[in-house]
Amino acid sequence: MTPEAVDHELPAEEKRHHVLSVLVENKAGVLSRVAGLFSRRGFNIFSLAVAPTDDSHRFSRITIVVDAASAPLEQIVNQLDKLINVVEISHVNEHQVVERELLLASITVPTDQMATAISLCANFDAEVVDAGAGEITVMLADHPDKINAFQELLSGYTVDQLHRTGLVALPKLITQ
Amino acid sequence: MEITGAQALIKSLEEQGTDVIFGLPGGAILPVYDPILDSSIRHILVRHEQGAGHMAEGYALATGRPGVAMVTSGPGATNIVTPLANAYMDSTPLVVVSGQVSRAAIGTDAFQECDITGVTSGITKHNWLVTDANDLPRIVAEAFHVATTGRPGPVLIDVPKDVAQSMMTWNGPATEADLDLPGYRPTKGVDHEVIAQAIAMILEAKRPVLYVGGGVLQGNASAALRALAERLGVPVVTTLMARGAFPDTHPQHLGMPGMHGHYTAIMAIQRADLLVSLGARFDDRVTGKLDGFAPVAKIIHLDVDRAEHGKVRRPDLSIVANASEAVPALAEAAASVTPSDLRAWWDELHGYQAKHPLAYDPIDGNGLLKPQMVVETLNALAPAGTIVASGVGQHQMWASQYWQFEEPRTWINSGGAGTMGFAVPSAIGAKVGRPDRTVWAIDGDGCFQMTAQELVTARAEGIPIKVAILNNAYLGMVRQWQEMFYEERYSEVYLSPDLPNYVQWAEAMGCVGIRVDDPADVASAIERANSIDDRPVVIDFRTDASEKVFPMVPAGATNDEVLVHPSQRLHS
Ligand SMILES: Cc1ncc(C[n+]2csc(CCOP(=O)(O)OP(=O)(O)O)c2C)c(N)n1
Ligand SMILES: [Mg+2]
Repeated sequence: MTPEAVDHELPAEEKRHHVLSVLVENKAGVLSRVAGLFSRRGFNIFSLAVAPTDDSHRFSRITIVVDAASAPLEQIVNQLDKLINVVEISHVNEHQVVERELLLASITVPTDQMATAISLCANFDAEVVDAGAGEITVMLADHPDKINAFQELLSGYTVDQLHRTGLVALPKLITQ
Repeated sequence: MEITGAQALIKSLEEQGTDVIFGLPGGAILPVYDPILDSSIRHILVRHEQGAGHMAEGYALATGRPGVAMVTSGPGATNIVTPLANAYMDSTPLVVVSGQVSRAAIGTDAFQECDITGVTSGITKHNWLVTDANDLPRIVAEAFHVATTGRPGPVLIDVPKDVAQSMMTWNGPATEADLDLPGYRPTKGVDHEVIAQAIAMILEAKRPVLYVGGGVLQGNASAALRALAERLGVPVVTTLMARGAFPDTHPQHLGMPGMHGHYTAIMAIQRADLLVSLGARFDDRVTGKLDGFAPVAKIIHLDVDRAEHGKVRRPDLSIVANASEAVPALAEAAASVTPSDLRAWWDELHGYQAKHPLAYDPIDGNGLLKPQMVVETLNALAPAGTIVASGVGQHQMWASQYWQFEEPRTWINSGGAGTMGFAVPSAIGAKVGRPDRTVWAIDGDGCFQMTAQELVTARAEGIPIKVAILNNAYLGMVRQWQEMFYEERYSEVYLSPDLPNYVQWAEAMGCVGIRVDDPADVASAIERANSIDDRPVVIDFRTDASEKVFPMVPAGATNDEVLVHPSQRLHS
């Protein structure tokens, strides 16, 4: 079983990961400063996704999933906050957040099973984005839990390449 | 006005109040050295860039103003990595300017190229690679701002050669409004409610201790500390980084805690029911084995750096504030309360003091000098206000133990990093910053050999420091550990008392060299050194290599397991 699958089955209070959404200045070397801080303080990064924000000229957003066992959350946040290029850190509470991740995988499927495979993908709302001889590339953008389940399903096939983007997240909007 | 980037850089340094740069030129920084000729800033040409960095540190520690150093790219920059790491550990404000290869050459393994912003990102508070000469005034202002505010620290500005050469538009110096630091919010202000809570906790405590760290010196809060301590009658301990923050002769001062601290300071912490940490960070050299440290104490933690709160020991009350504001606030709040009766606590502490004062053996049959006695004599004969710098090792601990520090910024030392070779260059920097003061470096023979070449700089630049080498012919601190914990298996610690010949070496560097073997000559040699003010002096004190530093908390042990001097063990 993959570590993700284990996590999937844990009750929420035993969450092994914290999700931090970090607004940083869009300057050369910022990513290496953040990554360097995590490695020298012994905080383990589980996944990290970085992209420009709407104010892409000035700021980028890094979504970091950290191993909760490696250090107290408060220590991670306070050390991160000392980086001069870090503008804002929010700890993403999983109940008040929209989380998405994207998975791309190329799988080899015997011709006689192709139709089943494609319909299984459709059940997950995954898309076939490329096709070759006896091989398809599928894509799923969804909640990481769904991605985990989908990845497990794929493991029944010969997975040639699999790539996950890591989590991105935004706070849930207030509805009234 | 159109000027070069190099001119803009020097003008910006002038605007920041820089009066001295410690440095050494080379290819990539050449353009910046040209306008130095026309500048009011004094440049001190070092013999090794490590010296420049430690001089800048000594200057900063002695004056409270940021030290400035300048180096070329590649090896020049990597030579100053150790001082940056040292300053980072001790939160010393430093601005280092390094040359870099031209922008187009970056990333091509060009001659003397080194990714110094990458190398130093973990040992600077921040660093900048300048890509446009027009940014220079703003970046220099940002660099000084970051280095000196909040928790101070070293910063580095990396300037590609072609940026220094290119023309820029000088619109005057950058102002506060020009700073572009959206993610930098140094701690400001004090929460008076928390201050009141702290005072209430101190009044409730039966056995409180003020555990004072370098933050009190950084925040220039010594006078407020004294008012606070005297008002409440609470005992004070000062860490290695805080020596001088509270007078050693003050009856409420118990001395230094930690691995080689004063017995009473160590025990006060172990027995305390309230530890008030003021600008200290629960360093492992102070705590010993953590789960046995101050086992019954509640903790009040004052620190400007939020990340220090709970990093090592969870506080019962956090004061996130600068000591410069919070210690005066504490003193002010204390002024209007009735101090509690701490007589029982003081009786206990006086008992420890009587039983375990600092101690060393009298001179043995071999007639060799006792290093502790040398430090005591240096101290006794020192003019008031003398600044003491030290290397790292046994001599450092003896300097801290046996010198009586009475004033802030008179102790220049490498605490967090423990950098051998710190004494000579940092003493030079301190003397440059405080030319009115006598500056003694108390150095080890091992340390001296690492950076002694800067005495050439001192002589050439007219910086008359004094160096006392406690020459035990050993890497003494390592020898002590091998004696005590490795069954006297001495591995690679012997140096030799005579190789090098320290007197000849000192003289070759333009200094006065004196050698002292006989205890009867210690005082006269020191007096002679004190009377020389036109050049540096080096005294080679031949000391007893068998002397060990006590008290000692062995590595991995709790503070309760402190080893006192053997002469005190029988009746303990
Ligand atoms: C740059 C550096 N290298 C190695 C050490 C490890 N070390 C700590 S103290 C010491 C011995 C210092 O010898 P000396 O300067 O003669 O001082 P002593 O202990 O003899 O007084 C050594 C090697 C260090 N602290 N710094
Ligand atoms: Mg020695």
